[in-house]
Amino acid sequence: MKELASWVLNTTAQRGADYSDVRIVNDRSRALATKNGKIGNASEGQSEGFSVRVLLDGAWGFASSAELGRRAAEATASRAIEIAKASSKVKQSGVRLAPEEAVTAEWTTPHRIDPFSTSVEQNLGLLQKIDAELRAVSGVTLAETNLNFRREEQWFYSCEGASIHQTKFTTGAGYVAYAFAGNEIQKRSYPNSFGGQWQNKGYELIDELKLVENARRVGEEAVALHRAEQCPEGRFDIILDSSQLGLQIHESIGHPIELDRVLGMEANFAGTSFLTLDKLRRLQYGSDLVNVVADARQEHGPGLGTFAFDDEGVPAQSIPIITAGLFTGYLTSRETAPMIGAERSGGTLRAENWNRLPIIRMTNISILPGHHPLSLEQLIASTDHGILFQTNRSWSIDDKRYNFQFGTEMGWEIQHGKRARMLKNPSYSGITTEFWNSMDAICSRDEWTLWGTPNCGKGQPQQVMGTGHGAAPARFRNVKVGSAYKGT
Amino acid sequence: MLRREQAEEIFSRIQKYASADEVECLFYGGQFALTRFANNTIHQNMAEENFGLSVRTVFNGRTARATTNKFDEESLRDVVRASESLAKVQETDPDLLPLADPGQAGCQEGAGLSRHFAQTAELTPGERADAVSRMVEIAEKQKLTAAGIFSSSENLEAVFNSRGMRAWHSQTAAEISVTMLGEDSSGWQKANSPDVSRLDPRALAEIAAEKAVSSARPREIPPGKYTVILEPAAVLDTVGFAFFDFSGLAILDQRSFLNNRIGQKLFGDNITIWDDVGHALQSGSPFDGEGVCRRRVQLVDKGVVKRVVYARASAEKMKRSEHAAKVGPVEVTGHGFPIPNEMGEAPMNVVFESPAETKTVEQMIASSERAILVTRVWYIREVDPYEKILTGMTRDGTFLVENGKVVCGLRNFRFNQSLIDMLSQVEQMSVPVRTSGEESFDMVVPAMKVKDFNFTEVTKF
Repeated sequence: MKELASWVLNTTAQRGADYSDVRIVNDRSRALATKNGKIGNASEGQSEGFSVRVLLDGAWGFASSAELGRRAAEATASRAIEIAKASSKVKQSGVRLAPEEAVTAEWTTPHRIDPFSTSVEQNLGLLQKIDAELRAVSGVTLAETNLNFRREEQWFYSCEGASIHQTKFTTGAGYVAYAFAGNEIQKRSYPNSFGGQWQNKGYELIDELKLVENARRVGEEAVALHRAEQCPEGRFDIILDSSQLGLQIHESIGHPIELDRVLGMEANFAGTSFLTLDKLRRLQYGSDLVNVVADARQEHGPGLGTFAFDDEGVPAQSIPIITAGLFTGYLTSRETAPMIGAERSGGTLRAENWNRLPIIRMTNISILPGHHPLSLEQLIASTDHGILFQTNRSWSIDDKRYNFQFGTEMGWEIQHGKRARMLKNPSYSGITTEFWNSMDAICSRDEWTLWGTPNCGKGQPQQVMGTGHGAAPARFRNVKVGSAYKGT
Repeated sequence: MLRREQAEEIFSRIQKYASADEVECLFYGGQFALTRFANNTIHQNMAEENFGLSVRTVFNGRTARATTNKFDEESLRDVVRASESLAKVQETDPDLLPLADPGQAGCQEGAGLSRHFAQTAELTPGERADAVSRMVEIAEKQKLTAAGIFSSSENLEAVFNSRGMRAWHSQTAAEISVTMLGEDSSGWQKANSPDVSRLDPRALAEIAAEKAVSSARPREIPPGKYTVILEPAAVLDTVGFAFFDFSGLAILDQRSFLNNRIGQKLFGDNITIWDDVGHALQSGSPFDGEGVCRRRVQLVDKGVVKRVVYARASAEKMKRSEHAAKVGPVEVTGHGFPIPNEMGEAPMNVVFESPAETKTVEQMIASSERAILVTRVWYIREVDPYEKILTGMTRDGTFLVENGKVVCGLRNFRFNQSLIDMLSQVEQMSVPVRTSGEESFDMVVPAMKVKDFNFTEVTKF
């Protein structure tokens, strides 16, 4: 790989590049799924290639190829140079990169069991067992299960001397029970929607999730939702379970803190952000219980945003994003950090694969748990009248990340500190900063889970990336509930 | 580009290495380049060339797929081995069909028109940059900032199988999307075509700029039910959520809003919808993921849902199911996704039929006492899968219309709207046009004037 990189970097240097780097990626994946007891998906994928990123005359060029030979390396490097020359035709000012020490490093996702070492029979056997549990429940009309593994090996070299070899493992699994009756389709997912739980971990994650043990209950809940009452409309105190809070963080904190959005670089597709530069260290984003970090370090946990170095060789860091409610940090890259006067990138530049340009992506954007012991049941017990929202069903937010609306699969009305009745079709909506300022309680570490969102879309061409979100159940006061069905 | 003869040679090697009863190969990929700009600067600019080979093996009711982008001897052996290993360990599925037989004649390319244009395939980074420069000039003249993309590609899609199927399609595509940003407003336009000469970057930029300028200093009006004039992109991204339900497998799975509703009048008299890959404004391959020719299918006739589309397996299954008598014609239509998959099939070349009397957007505005003009919608998600209630936001040019004129820009709304109700309340439509958005696949759709569109909240800008 080093030889390939030297062919590329010699070519870009000879052709006058001010900066260049090479990423070589070997990507392997396995996807298995069942649907009502039959195979829904059984596939393996392998993809290999490299990309060249060059800076010439203050403008970027990027080219990639699946061929790893010398001729392709030099041709692709030359192509990147030509593209950078074209880019320089339309610019206002030149790109300047924040300095970064070039390192030589080796890192692999900590894992006990390489997921690809497990047999397909074992994998399918597990899914069939879950499927049988789900369909044993009368009224379940569709049962879907899935199991996914990925191994992504990457070599990064830069003209500054960086040489970084990383191997990341991702494991994900989950299932859904649907119940169709009358004029309604209801569903319950486990451990979460979006294909369940995903982490940068080995097959040991699957054992931890207790998938089979929960399947019967999940099927029963899907059917029970048909007998539940419609979620009322009005203003309520609400409690979000940890997975829903994870998505709330993703949409209303994770995206608006991306500095490329703030600077207008994503305006045509993903949008911009309400977090304009004047708000840094001035905006009271949330109540003083809200403490959020962007933490890509291994010690934060096996999130989908955990790594040792980002895709331009910057080490993983923990960035305080919201500190006791105050907005304190953006997600940055070597290009964008200098634009806000930062001396160094926050290390958040990542690419979907070898053929895509790395862009700013969320790492693990996590809310820190409460300091005092507080379980979900204790939080419910301390709530006089409210609604508990469980497991995301729909999600939508405007292109500056102010107005959001979320629906969940199931709700519970809380009365006098107890779950009083199940509610179907629950939804809530609000304005980001008003919502986070209404948070008055968050559960402690033992209720905190590092969730994986495997399907975050951003960029043009669109890149799908995994992000991590640590969250514990939390309560928000006086939130608008039920708008999703208002007037329909 | 990967040539047909090369694919033939690779396929013969795959067949040699395979021990399966039957083998199918998908070939896909090509060249893709995209120039991206923001803040009146080209800030990302990329190119790639990549081809993939996806091998499906079949052993007596068991099947699986493995994919690679490497065509050397070892990689080809590995991809066959991976596919066979996944297939062999499965339980036999008596419903799994043998591979598709080749049709007697090849599938007809769109209306006999080529979708491959040399000018598009040969577009250079310099030519894309020049077009971006012209769009940026318009932004600077209006004191706006421009953001967007200009992409071009040349792609192939092919299905070969051991029964003699040799379906091959190659085409080009070019796309421009531009957003113009003012202090407190924005405007947007997007267009694509297999033929780059049909795209006019300057015209797109000028419309986007005009929208940004005329929606400056937006007013806030309360949410509620309003008559809306949805430009084609707003129609596209909303109605797109319906079409994955026009699927035989979705009916069998009981996850479609059309369960128990086929044959009913769900929409207004003025709604007639086809799936027609051969339509002159359509794009894409004339065959499906198994190589079966895509047929022209009428999905909705004057508001009545007539039928859904079928892959081979879904059609077979439907014929034997309890739903068979109430779903209209059950036959293979050539809309399947590559097997194995969980979705079955979907119409991907949707064409709304032009109504007898069409109106331009300008005429819709002129005929409105009070309405809201919507350029595009954003972040659409399904709130209720059976009543097809969708939520989403307006974006990049939302205007108040009063007494037949655009009066001012408006702060953006959130809507919660049943798609069924929306298509029952269409008062006027334009001539359908090829339209591209961000939430749905491209279609041929009209602009629509819709009454009682349900806005539930207003955002801060």
